[in-house]
Amino acid sequence: MDWLNLIVFPILRTVVLFLVLLTGFAYLTWFERKLLARFHVRYGPNRAGKFGLLQPVADAVKAMFKEEIVPSHVDKPIYLVAPALALIPALIIWAVIPVAKDTPAIADVGIGFLWILAVAGLESYGLILAGWSSNNNYSLLGALRSSAQMISYELPLGLFLVSILILAGSFSLVELVDNPRAWWEWLWLWVAFPFFFICILAETNRSPFDLPETENELVAGYQTEYGGIKFSLFYMAEYINMITTSAIMATLFFGGWRGPFAEEIVWLGPVYLFIKVVVLLFLFVWVRASISRPRYDQLMRFGWKFLLPVGIVYMAITAVLAVLLK
Amino acid sequence: MPIEIPIPTVTQVIFLVMALFTAACGLMVVISRNLFHSALFLVGALFGVAAIFVLLEAEFLAVGQVLVYIGAIATLIVFAIMLTRGMMRGRTSPMNHVSGRGALGALVFFVALLAFLKKVPWPEQAQAIPVDESLIAGLGDKFVTTYVVAFEAVGLLLMVALIGAVMLARDR
Repeated sequence: MDWLNLIVFPILRTVVLFLVLLTGFAYLTWFERKLLARFHVRYGPNRAGKFGLLQPVADAVKAMFKEEIVPSHVDKPIYLVAPALALIPALIIWAVIPVAKDTPAIADVGIGFLWILAVAGLESYGLILAGWSSNNNYSLLGALRSSAQMISYELPLGLFLVSILILAGSFSLVELVDNPRAWWEWLWLWVAFPFFFICILAETNRSPFDLPETENELVAGYQTEYGGIKFSLFYMAEYINMITTSAIMATLFFGGWRGPFAEEIVWLGPVYLFIKVVVLLFLFVWVRASISRPRYDQLMRFGWKFLLPVGIVYMAITAVLAVLLK
Repeated sequence: MPIEIPIPTVTQVIFLVMALFTAACGLMVVISRNLFHSALFLVGALFGVAAIFVLLEAEFLAVGQVLVYIGAIATLIVFAIMLTRGMMRGRTSPMNHVSGRGALGALVFFVALLAFLKKVPWPEQAQAIPVDESLIAGLGDKFVTTYVVAFEAVGLLLMVALIGAVMLARDR
């Protein structure tokens, strides 16, 4: 029956994926708090459950039962839609990421790369709308900063993606992982990884690029006027974005689901992907614990005067290498 | 005499919904009294067009639409409004002194489109269209062979615009 393949299975996959991501979000907050505590020589959450494992549950319950406050001076429809808009791109980008051999999360479209770029372009909308509709100067400033930052860092990000695309020679992420790569391709890819990671940090508004919400100058940036579950949605968007971008980096730079025996035993694929994602998430937290926030002009100068030229040069060299060696 | 009611297929229903959504958004862009809302309805209309591209199995065009129009151009518009208008006070009238000429222009454009629709010999049967990969490769090929002059001219134009913008914006 075509019905099954067209509608039922994709919906089932989507539901499973969302459940996994939302659980992942909850435990990522725990993971980050625990790790940060270790970096700071503290204990971190340790009251709710063993090792504080029930802390995310308690936080979720608290957020859900908080009073829904909509300030009277906001533009109501946009104010309410903005948190959802912030969350959606982080979730739908997963559709094209391969989780096991020949198996994408939802669909193997022939334009996986462009899908990632396009959805990344949508991510700034949630923040812009939140900042504008809040009708608050701090919110607006935060939103302006975040959108400027995201637009600026999307350029080098796109250039590095194009370089990877030139090497892969295929728009599909499933094929990217399936096709074997030569050793020099891996080496050349890893050269780009630090730069790519910096762009990702800026794209996800993570520390040290968390200028949109710098709590000591902008209160909390675009999310100042939000509370309860609406605030949690922004929080969720940020953390699910971390998971998503980690999965993308694992797929692009570290072979995604690949690992010993992953070809024969299919269920090992998601396990390897999970391990790689956790390692990359650790990197996110490690950076947050170690590096302080730059000033806004430093951030912009770094993006435009350093990362962008590096991206262009990298792309040019990649094209030459691909023509000469492939 | 029984009246025959055409039962639309699923595809047609989806098309109708998306087309109506796009048209409604387009209308709201023009009649909305708040410039920021207009910009957001424009994003909605662009999304509707992208959805119709998906329906026609032109995924590349759909993603291109989202990437270029929604991700870049509409963001720029929203950004410009946020930077220049008073935040919530931006009430604008949809009418101004050139509305008559605007309507005339729109009418002429509409007639031209209609004439175009009549004129083009639409093929009855769709030809085999190269899918995805070969389509994108073919597109790239055309850019550096048949249309290389136009491609370079556009590049030059953008370069000039970029330099002009920098000249206007720099500190004097």
